[in-house]
Amino acid sequence: MKVNVYVTLKPGVLDPQGKAIHHALEGLGFGGVADVRAGRFIELDVADSTSDADLDAMCAKLLANTVIENYRIERA
Amino acid sequence: MKTAVIVFPGSNCDRDMAVALEQVTGRAPAMVWHRESELPDGVDFIALPGGFSYGDYLRSGAMAARSPILRAVSDAAGRGVPVLGVCNGFQVLTEAQLLPGALMRNAGLNFVCRTVPLTVANSQSMFTAAYGSDEAINIPVAHHDGNYFADAETLDRIEGEGRVAFRYADSVNGSARDIAGVLNDAGNVLGMMPHPERAIDRAHGGTDGLRLFEAALGVLA
Repeated sequence: MKVNVYVTLKPGVLDPQGKAIHHALEGLGFGGVADVRAGRFIELDVADSTSDADLDAMCAKLLANTVIENYRIERA
Repeated sequence: MKTAVIVFPGSNCDRDMAVALEQVTGRAPAMVWHRESELPDGVDFIALPGGFSYGDYLRSGAMAARSPILRAVSDAAGRGVPVLGVCNGFQVLTEAQLLPGALMRNAGLNFVCRTVPLTVANSQSMFTAAYGSDEAINIPVAHHDGNYFADAETLDRIEGEGRVAFRYADSVNGSARDIAGVLNDAGNVLGMMPHPERAIDRAHGGTDGLRLFEAALGVLA
């Protein structure tokens, strides 16, 4: 079973990479972009029996740093 | 005095750290590979060196913080053994939750590699006791992810508890409140982005890092 994990910076945490991407988009002439936040997408291939609790633990213990990041788990 | 340097795949300041420890203690440290699950018996001081452990995959220090040896380092820290993490070692200590906060990409996005002025913010700790209060020192930095972040409540708490060991005197990487080095609540774990092991010999261009090792290793003249 495929599981998609989206790791994003918490609101309020400055995102220098997002800012740089934003500037680059403006440089390419895309003027209508108000803000850019960059995150990470991780695709897991796990046994169908994998529990929600196990998926949550994977995110909390390794895939995201919960000091600065939120995560969202999506069973594909 | 028995010291140890933890070596991860991608560490690149492990030998510099070993030279510093041997210069101050007169005895070469044990070099401990990340896959070991135990430290050598009787280790009095542990150093986590700079570098790019595991290629900075996922996040800087994230993989190293989950390696077998870190459980032993964490246990030793809990028993009061001094632990010094420099640069990537600081990132590993925050990822292992032995220190608060996180180290993010430098605000300017550039890798910063130069000697920077620091202020000693707490000269009472076991690592900083040989410096004067608010003393200005110069130590090299070399990092891409040194932008210290913690929420305002955590920052207030660690400042109030005197756990900020060093601050940047000039803006270097966007760190919250210019924090360059942080202590744990017991004061026996220090993480810092600047490299004291690169400032222990006049040939390095400065020796301001030497007193950190002398204080922490208890060999002050």
